Amino acid sequence: MVTLTLAANIPDPDGFYERLIDAHRGLSDADSALLNARLILLLANQIGDRAIVDAALEKAASLSTDP
Amino acid sequence: MSSFDYPTYPYRPGPEQLGETTPTSPVIVIGAGPVGLTLAIDLGQRGIPVVLLDDDDTVSHGSRAICWSKRTLEIFDRLGLAGPLVARGINWRVGRVFRNDREVYRFDLLPEAGHKLPAFINLQQYHVEQALIEAVPETVDLRFRHKVVAVSQDADRVTLTVETPDGRYTTKARYVVAADGAHSTARAALGLSFEGRVFDERFLIADVKMKADFPTERWFWFDPPFHRGGSTLLHRQADDIWRIDFQLGPEADPAVERQPDRVLPRLKAMLGPEVAFDLEWVSIYTFRCRRMQRFRHGRIFFAGDSAHQVSPFGARGGNGGIQDVDNLAWKLAAVLSDQASDRLLDSYDDERVPATDDNILNSTRSTDFITPKTAASRAFRDAVLSLAEEAPFARALVNSGRLSTPHAYDGSPLSTPDGDPFTGGPPPGAPCPDAPIAGTDGQSAWLLNQLGGDFAVLTFMSEPIDTDLRQVRIGGTGGWADPEGLVARRYDLRPGTCYLIRPDQHVAARWRQADGAKIRKALQRARAAGGPTVITAPMEAR
Repeated sequence: MVTLTLAANIPDPDGFYERLIDAHRGLSDADSALLNARLILLLANQIGDRAIVDAALEKAASLSTDP
Repeated sequence: MSSFDYPTYPYRPGPEQLGETTPTSPVIVIGAGPVGLTLAIDLGQRGIPVVLLDDDDTVSHGSRAICWSKRTLEIFDRLGLAGPLVARGINWRVGRVFRNDREVYRFDLLPEAGHKLPAFINLQQYHVEQALIEAVPETVDLRFRHKVVAVSQDADRVTLTVETPDGRYTTKARYVVAADGAHSTARAALGLSFEGRVFDERFLIADVKMKADFPTERWFWFDPPFHRGGSTLLHRQADDIWRIDFQLGPEADPAVERQPDRVLPRLKAMLGPEVAFDLEWVSIYTFRCRRMQRFRHGRIFFAGDSAHQVSPFGARGGNGGIQDVDNLAWKLAAVLSDQASDRLLDSYDDERVPATDDNILNSTRSTDFITPKTAASRAFRDAVLSLAEEAPFARALVNSGRLSTPHAYDGSPLSTPDGDPFTGGPPPGAPCPDAPIAGTDGQSAWLLNQLGGDFAVLTFMSEPIDTDLRQVRIGGTGGWADPEGLVARRYDLRPGTCYLIRPDQHVAARWRQADGAKIRKALQRARAAGGPTVITAPMEAR
């Protein structure tokens, strides 16, 4: 049974978020989507644990898209 | 529309206009807003005569800056001004963030006890200015309807041309501080500009007077049902007045949006049909996050909005300006009373430029979160908000404004770096935290009040230390008691620990074991005295 970490675990969260948004500056929507896809693949490979990646996939998909 | 009764302050001619001989003033401050007034009061209380020029004859039009931070209140308290402001203001410390109609996040800006002053008060800028004007000491010559129209300087003095209802006159000062706002005349006169970002997004401020049962908290909505697609911010002010701030988008037409027939439906949608309210003040604004490259230009200093501007999210404009002049006042007073050389004033840039960059960074990040510029940015923002309710890590990423905190002047040339091991407490350059203390007869007091407005030492020693400075001694016979142990904890005190505190209540130096010689050397450095190598005593033979 794998537990997905939901507690804060990113140092300097505002700095991280700024870097993430800056990476998309000036990109078309298609290029942004491609950047995000590459990023997810790189991070998933880094995690390297299918159970964790699957749990994250389920969590992300479980949230409604409506506000 | 406004329920506030604006005072009118009479115009009086200056002595220059009456043909009296006018020696060069030590300091002229341009602009009697909160920043200029605070500086003039601080200098005046230090015995420095100040001329304070303002182009208007009343206080701030509209509520404008409303959130005053703990650090600003501590500065006001050092000047003896905080009591009535805190009594009149609305004390708050909790913020809530909503998405749609659900709370996703809640923060507490002061979750611990043992501080004299609250995390924040909300109080309309006109109330603050009126209280400051009433507190101006005799040493301050405050002149209304004296508009500075030209500024020039040479090596020895600054010359100002001032326009009044009686015509123009010229006057001179050794130093001038321009606290004359975003459209600073002084900045324009020197041909100086800003560097930074301009944002297109328009926002609507509607101040309303109403009896409402919202709690005294900062409420921020992303995409609420009553204002789809935008954000909304709600703050309570004094006198049953509430600040409501709607994001309108970059395309909004300010001339149209400020009309009551556009504003009232927005408010009714938010407050519900049964809530009665009166419109107090409406303003449409955009903002910039930018600063001058330097704040010192020869004998002219820029403070507050004349030097830098930020977005309103985070309350970093007014508070940043007050902290500018908290930094500048004691330095100008030291130079003008021959306790320090002019080079001490260079440290205003060394310390306040990084502080401003911190304010701009935080304010820009908040703005980028609140107003995403690209589809990807909006997707990340919405993803963070949708995760935040159940995932604490995402709450840390939700950014509806990172509220003003004082800046620690890391690496300041005035600081003596730590040579002794500390695991806590304010490092050199950081502002002093407050804590409750008790006198020998048991009466309670506050540490910051005892530190005062001059250089002081804070020690944890059984005996007084060899110094002429004011000493606040914790423990030992005749020292202050630390009844809750909070001074010891907040300053990482151990027997023998000594802090040298600056007049603005920032740390200049600290030691585990101190003596008079160490304090004198650090004091020299904190006054920017001497060269980089100061030889104070011959080497001891071993």
